[in-house]
Amino acid sequence: MPRNRMRLLPWIVTPSLVVAIVATWHIVVKVRDVNPLIFPPPGDVGEALVELLGEGAMWSAARVTVTEVIVGFLLAVGSGLAVGVVLGKVPWLEVSVRPLIIIAQVSPKVAFVPLFVIWFGFDMTSKIVLATVLAFFPVMLNVLLGVRSIEQGQREVMRSLNATRGQTFSQLEMRSLMPYLFAGMEVGIVLATIGAIVGEYLGGNDGLGNMVVTAMNSLDAARTFALILVLSLIGLVLFLIVNELKRFFIPWHESVYGLQNRGV
Amino acid sequence: MRDDTTTVDPGVSDAGTETPRLSIAGVGRDFHTRNGVVHAVSGIDLTIQRGEFVALIGRSGCGKTTLLRMIGGLLPATTGTIEVDRKPLWRDGRLDSSAVTKLGFVFQEANLFPWFSVIDNIALPLKLRGARKRERRARAQELAELVGLTGFESSYPRELSGGMRQRAAIARALSTEPELLLMDEPFGALDALTRERMNLELQRIVLETSSTVVFVTHDIPESVFLADRVVQMTPRPGRINKTLLVDFSKPRDVYLQTTPEFNEIVRSLRHELDEEE
Repeated sequence: MPRNRMRLLPWIVTPSLVVAIVATWHIVVKVRDVNPLIFPPPGDVGEALVELLGEGAMWSAARVTVTEVIVGFLLAVGSGLAVGVVLGKVPWLEVSVRPLIIIAQVSPKVAFVPLFVIWFGFDMTSKIVLATVLAFFPVMLNVLLGVRSIEQGQREVMRSLNATRGQTFSQLEMRSLMPYLFAGMEVGIVLATIGAIVGEYLGGNDGLGNMVVTAMNSLDAARTFALILVLSLIGLVLFLIVNELKRFFIPWHESVYGLQNRGV
Repeated sequence: MRDDTTTVDPGVSDAGTETPRLSIAGVGRDFHTRNGVVHAVSGIDLTIQRGEFVALIGRSGCGKTTLLRMIGGLLPATTGTIEVDRKPLWRDGRLDSSAVTKLGFVFQEANLFPWFSVIDNIALPLKLRGARKRERRARAQELAELVGLTGFESSYPRELSGGMRQRAAIARALSTEPELLLMDEPFGALDALTRERMNLELQRIVLETSSTVVFVTHDIPESVFLADRVVQMTPRPGRINKTLLVDFSKPRDVYLQTTPEFNEIVRSLRHELDEEE
């Protein structure tokens, strides 16, 4: 397929699919006469969404949720980068803590929310902690892999140039692991969003997650749907920001230029 | 051509009393493996004069790369001394950085940094030495012209062919104006035609910069074509077996390789390698 037509493809397919899904949703709900308390028709959701966007409370709740996600994410990136680099460079340390990492990684971290609430209270801190904990592992593990994946030949170049440790870190190691860091960040931003919302579901008195629970408790399915749409949109925007940062910082990497060559 | 197989000290050349660029005396390297100690290289004596182009040849495993890595300061020698301009490379088991800075190393793989443009790759050694951006860009620009990369300065390495990458690696090694250029099979990964062209380019660059070169290869015609002196090594342990002076005038052109004199030298070196079996 010619490149320029390939470029147009998602712009045609995505809206068409969305329209098809909404239409099917509408028809099924109407034809089967589903109770709107259980599954509201798209029209109701649209109305609820418009109403929601006019509420000042929604915007301040959104600000709380976005703050939790971003702060949690940044803490995860910082700590994940630091821990990943140290573990990557000190093999004996990595080997000794590996069992603990695996345990921490596979444990259902969401189950810790009640404890986080007890320790850090009902406000933003407990949600930030959950977001950080969830986003930390993909960032840290990718950075660790990145440090291990630095090419021996490139290290030898730095050695033959009599480079200092600091120079090797800044010119080679840090740059070489950037693609890995961004791979971790792309997963991490999604998990941080999930962390903040789940935290608000389970132990919150503010934020969009809390609004979802309130709407659900008042059996307002359309409003619940509308809130979920807002949350999805926030998740999408945050992901796109990380993706843009990646394009800006590592234009040389295959994950960026490879897509460009394919016309995306 | 002069055959000095019988000469014990292969370092003798016409340069006379001038300080040699590189002096190697009694250098050996052992590796400890599960099956005991392996003598990879043993008892190497070699003196290289300024402006000389020396090729190290031998079968794989003869220790030629190990020797080059020791000269380049990438691997400490177990025994013996290596001096660059009479300065020991190693002192008390530590690398003397003032000696290492006189060296330029070109590897079999170009090993360019994919996050830097061609010009920034070439300028990397200058960056590490704290040169200002304008200064190192200007120098890198000159070198890009020297190695025939004009027009590709802002390209990323992935956009270059294998031969062009190796040109960039050579330019990078030349950026600090090294006293001694060490090349480890730099064209080994290239196809035959590209390789021939790169040999001509290297000859031109070396003549223009009057560099001193140690060039490792397993390709006999390549070594004879490029070198003033061919040093042939034999394995287990890696030793210098034979040294040949190649005194064809320079610059040499590709058709030299079709002359009987050229092929006579190639044949004698070949014969020597086959004798090992």
